Amino acid sequence: MPFYRNIAAKIALLPMIVISLTVFVGCIIYSFVYSLTNSKLVPVMNYVGFDQYERLFKQRKWDVAVENIFIYGFVFTIGCLIIGFLLAVLIDQKIRGESLFRTIFLYPYAMSFVVTGLVWKWVLNPTFGLENSMHMWGMTWFELDWLVNRDLAIYAVCIAAVWQGAGFVMVLMLAGLRGIDEDIWKSLSIEGVAKWKSYIFVILPMLRPMVVTAIVLIAAGVVKVYDLILALTSGGPGYATTTPAMYVMENFFSRANLGQAFAASIIMFISVVCILAPWAFYEFYLRNKYANN
Amino acid sequence: MKKFFSILLTIFVPLSFTNVSKAAGHMEAEVIHWWTSGGEQAAISEFAKAWEEMGNTWIDTAITGGDNARGTTVNRIIGGNPPTAAQFNVSKQFVDLVEQGLLQSLEEVASAEGWRDFIYPPELIETCEFEGEFYCVPVNIHSWQWMWINNDVYKQVGLPVPQTFEEFLAGAPKIQEAGIIPLALGGQGWQESGMFDVVASSIMGFPLMQSIYRDKDLDAFRDGRFESVLNTYRELNQFTDEGSPGRLWNDTTAMVIEGKAAMQVMGDWARGEFAVAGQEAMVDYSCVIPGKEKYVALGGDVFVFPKNDDPKVKDAQLAMASMMVNPTVQAKFNNAKGSLPMRLDVDTSAADACMQMGLDLIQNPDAIMRESDDWNTPAFTAAWGDIISEFRNDPNYTVAQVMDDLEGVLTSGL
Repeated sequence: MPFYRNIAAKIALLPMIVISLTVFVGCIIYSFVYSLTNSKLVPVMNYVGFDQYERLFKQRKWDVAVENIFIYGFVFTIGCLIIGFLLAVLIDQKIRGESLFRTIFLYPYAMSFVVTGLVWKWVLNPTFGLENSMHMWGMTWFELDWLVNRDLAIYAVCIAAVWQGAGFVMVLMLAGLRGIDEDIWKSLSIEGVAKWKSYIFVILPMLRPMVVTAIVLIAAGVVKVYDLILALTSGGPGYATTTPAMYVMENFFSRANLGQAFAASIIMFISVVCILAPWAFYEFYLRNKYANN
Repeated sequence: MKKFFSILLTIFVPLSFTNVSKAAGHMEAEVIHWWTSGGEQAAISEFAKAWEEMGNTWIDTAITGGDNARGTTVNRIIGGNPPTAAQFNVSKQFVDLVEQGLLQSLEEVASAEGWRDFIYPPELIETCEFEGEFYCVPVNIHSWQWMWINNDVYKQVGLPVPQTFEEFLAGAPKIQEAGIIPLALGGQGWQESGMFDVVASSIMGFPLMQSIYRDKDLDAFRDGRFESVLNTYRELNQFTDEGSPGRLWNDTTAMVIEGKAAMQVMGDWARGEFAVAGQEAMVDYSCVIPGKEKYVALGGDVFVFPKNDDPKVKDAQLAMASMMVNPTVQAKFNNAKGSLPMRLDVDTSAADACMQMGLDLIQNPDAIMRESDDWNTPAFTAAWGDIISEFRNDPNYTVAQVMDDLEGVLTSGL
């Protein structure tokens, strides 16, 4: 492709390219360099090799954080996709008051994670939340201590996150469903395929671009999850719901341990690359190659 | 269009002029602090009032949570937009800032006013002095060594007010039977590890604590007394409620004030909350320094003054430093804050029974106790606190495991 083709568009993109290169790549290099130092409150160039990484992998807290991000990532992504798709299918049934329901389901997405976190913190708090209300209504058998139970707290975080994210996936899927040709539905009904079967085996594969978009957007949110957990549990009880992003922020700001924070953020970066690289390779390279052939 | 511009001009031109004349007239100071609860706000406004009475402007930047406030301060210093003054704790939190030459030396005022002669106890001078120069102003002494007890609760169950953790533990089941939460504890890391240090000092005494926290003496650490502290701490935690995780300290104090809970271990800043609620010391509530040997921990707050290229800012900083140690301002500030003044010649006639107890005790140099963060970096105290917090929250985390993990922190060189 000649260089001067679409030259106006290329010039328009130039500032973005420059910013990406200097800010993102520059900061990554900076972080890596300082992760090899023993910087405390302010960055100082005092080389200690890979000590910070060694210390990081010995931390019980870091193990918990990594485990949590996998649980959160899995439950949040799958939960959003399933619930979002179901909602979209239900709304697609040409129901009455569709726009009302669409607004209701999408509404949580308009809130910031901090608000979502606080709302669920109150709902799930055993001393004055839902559990307390149920007890006052006489249902004393009711127990909802997820938020204060260290084994279940991370799932409480997932519930809040899915509550917020499912509506967004629903809108994406709904847009896809509306783009399905009427003729496909007609031929499916002529063939006598059950409705649920046609959704799962015919329509869902046709929604592939929507699913991929949803997964990419959700995954980006998973890695950087911080505000929701801070508002909902502050990483507690103990540090049962801490995440890598929280570990980094903590060491950056409150613990005056910059070297450790840089090391943790570099590990986060590497793991994201490891997960995304094969997928990006497939999406952008292999697929084009086959498409062109 | 012309008319539009003339309207704009009439609005903005006078505004910009007033700004200029204001700046030339007096000094402006932006202060970052984390005093946001009722009692704390009453205290910081004493500083603001005194500053404004001098004809200056006080820009209040209150940020919830010490961690956040300190993070903001450091970021703004490194980003080149430092505040005039910023709060830190009596600790090693700001040592790096001094070493990197980012803070204003206050030696000019300190030697002119003779700070070294009146700051008491002298340990506070150690905190602020680097290579013979003052870099911070200690404004108060806050001790963690307190149990705050609701007297009505103990009257109701017919028990005397406990004086030690052992006595408290003996009475706790009876309080629980009466449907009251025996121990109010907010499940945040700093509250959990703060209470732990109070339990530790009251059971094993300050000298042993010093050889562990300061000297990292592993023999002292392993001689069995530290294990008994861990066991007592675990026992105490059976008597908290399930709403504890993440609860703020002042919400937790409110539980004691309202009689929903019997006792809270918290620093003397809790006294301000009782005062705001209109309760009287020793009548409505008791303050007890637990243990046979009683200590005043030398915690507290300091203000530092980041360097600024503008010479006017330096004038403002020195003037504010001098104002903060002024005995009249000290009296008003500490009465509102519930803390002890950093000098002995302050009028403390307004002190209530609890504050008087602290004032009497601090005269005795043997009763003065240092805290872990006087000797250790924030990274060390945080790593230590993580383990304590996890120990409190995870019943499967055994004492033996905790001992090994704590030893790992002691030998980590953090």
